[in-house]
Amino acid sequence: MAKKDRLSGNEAVAVAMRQVNPDVMPAFPITPSTELPQYFSSYVANGQVDTEFIPVESEHSAMGACIGSEAAGARTITATSSAGFAFMWELLYVAASNRLPIVLALVNRALSGPININCDHSDGMGARDSGWIQLYAEDNQEAYDNYIQAFRIGEHEDVQLPVMVCQDGFITSHGVQNIELLEDKEVKKFVGQYKPERALLNPGTSFAVGPYSVSDHYFEAKRAQAEALKHSKKVIKDVAVEYKKLSGRGFTWFEEYKMKDAEYCMIIMGSAAGTGKDAVDALREKGVKAGLIKIRMFRPFPGKEIANAVSKCKVIACMDRTESYNLQSGPIGADVKTALYNEGAKVKVLNYVYGLGGRDVTVKSLSSVFKDMEKVQKNNKLGNPYRYLSVRG
Amino acid sequence: MAKMKKDNIALHTLDEKWEDMTPGCTITGNGTSKLFRTGDWRVAKPVFIADKCKQCLLCAPVCPDSSIPVKNGKRLDFDYEHCKGCGICAVNCPFGAIEMKEGE
Amino acid sequence: MKQLTEIRWHGRGGQGAKTASLLLADVAFNTGMQVQGFPEYGPERMGAPITAYNRIGTGKIRVHSNIYQPDYVVVVDETLLDTVDVASGLSKKGAIVINSPKSGEELRPKLHGYTGKVYTIDARKISMETLGRYFPNSPMLAAIVKVSGIMEQDEFMDEMKASYKHKFAHKPQVISGNMKALEMAFQEVK
Repeated sequence: MAKKDRLSGNEAVAVAMRQVNPDVMPAFPITPSTELPQYFSSYVANGQVDTEFIPVESEHSAMGACIGSEAAGARTITATSSAGFAFMWELLYVAASNRLPIVLALVNRALSGPININCDHSDGMGARDSGWIQLYAEDNQEAYDNYIQAFRIGEHEDVQLPVMVCQDGFITSHGVQNIELLEDKEVKKFVGQYKPERALLNPGTSFAVGPYSVSDHYFEAKRAQAEALKHSKKVIKDVAVEYKKLSGRGFTWFEEYKMKDAEYCMIIMGSAAGTGKDAVDALREKGVKAGLIKIRMFRPFPGKEIANAVSKCKVIACMDRTESYNLQSGPIGADVKTALYNEGAKVKVLNYVYGLGGRDVTVKSLSSVFKDMEKVQKNNKLGNPYRYLSVRG
Repeated sequence: MAKMKKDNIALHTLDEKWEDMTPGCTITGNGTSKLFRTGDWRVAKPVFIADKCKQCLLCAPVCPDSSIPVKNGKRLDFDYEHCKGCGICAVNCPFGAIEMKEGE
Repeated sequence: MKQLTEIRWHGRGGQGAKTASLLLADVAFNTGMQVQGFPEYGPERMGAPITAYNRIGTGKIRVHSNIYQPDYVVVVDETLLDTVDVASGLSKKGAIVINSPKSGEELRPKLHGYTGKVYTIDARKISMETLGRYFPNSPMLAAIVKVSGIMEQDEFMDEMKASYKHKFAHKPQVISGNMKALEMAFQEVK
């Protein structure tokens, strides 16, 4: 039976961590994810989990310890944000290429500078090419639900990849809201035991992890890695369907909100998606055919499916909570436009950078994006395709 | 999807397709370096002169490639499948029982 | 009750405005409501002006922005009136509750033309009388519950008692003082 509670996003993920009861957690605290190792280490101290908690001296070491531990055959987790995440960078690639299904709770925060502790997606977006699966959450509930599913996804024999479970720093990580939790035993049953086919500490099967590869094998290894990410799409879907049977919640790769007859669609990710839905509702009352797509699975990117979902729209707006300095699009904008081009869809696309460094995202500001889309349609002129929302100037 | 190879040893060969790679390029099985013939790299060949050898065994432990087999307290002839011809054994031999021959 | 009530808290770092907003979310949750309680996101510095927010309603709350047009405002520290426009965007149909021994009309000139209801409560006096120390949280919480009418007094008091019993399990002697502070606040807010 589901248990109703009110928790912050960090509390929710900490509860999920406790329910999963992983084998090892190496972590180093950083705002706004500090509470995760903090809560979890008290679970360890109180004997509520039998996890080996390793208080490492840096995030680089945290991911290093994760890699060693996961390769040894232990279910391993960590948590971080922003600069700490950046300090893991090199090892993120090592974890993914060695096909180690570590689960990392990423509480999204801006990367400097100016130095800032608030939310944007520049940390997670920077690692979008690291080979990790990335799931993003709108609220505490989705952060909790995604976290539990991450183990089944990453550890699946067709996948064997690390998973990043992302939520918006402070906005959801520190905001208390209603949530429904599964029973401990339901989570344990759903997640199951981790039994990797090969692990360093499995007696009888010796093998070597992390080989050096010269030019004659590196490319094939990377191609095989991409295939695993491709396979993860189906696994993410299957796991989501099974989780929905258990919890009554969730969707697979992205959520379509009032998209059936939508002429104007906003494609967005994270906590601002909820605010965007309120904007859509308000516009619908005024007769505007507004809709919204919320991306849950950013890596792998469900490009073809999104392109199909928006193919009948007149104008869409891709919302990027990061700047990628190519002067023409953010990461979501780039991926969506590539998919539209590949599918031959003729849809006008605006791309916005928004919410950097915790800049508040409101129903009003997101409504203005729909107004811009209507204007583009009315004038049949795209204007500047790459815009900044709510920046003074 | 490349499944993990079920055989005891999975080596990566030069004609291996990406579909056949082990996940993470892992190498499974024990003692797989034996299958890697580093002897092919050799440009100078150590020659064992048994008459001069006093079986002091100073040569075997200094070989970086474990290419001087020792049996019943006595060294045998070189393992040329793995000897890279570095010559460390010849330098260390006090009795001139190892000679390096260029180009062999 | 309205489908959604939005409340903004103004305080200073260390005074517990954030804790009060989380407590209000707790109590409202316990009475079956949908809630949000969150601080202004960022570093908290002792004495610096801070803001915290509550959304309390009957339907699922999806919006994740700060609150710019609150139904109610709570000011935990009267001195903020000199530097912060606490009534900014505040609904005229709503109200502001200020921790002060003065009357609402005395403070109105500092509210940048706000014409709605102004309530005051001397949380310092209540706190000193009931707890012997200055903890403005409990009186302010009771005051906003009364003024906003988001729940019945009895319901609120029952939930708070349960919450204090849990929170102060290791020092039950402070529970009655806190309960008294809530009762006094209910009577004295005007």
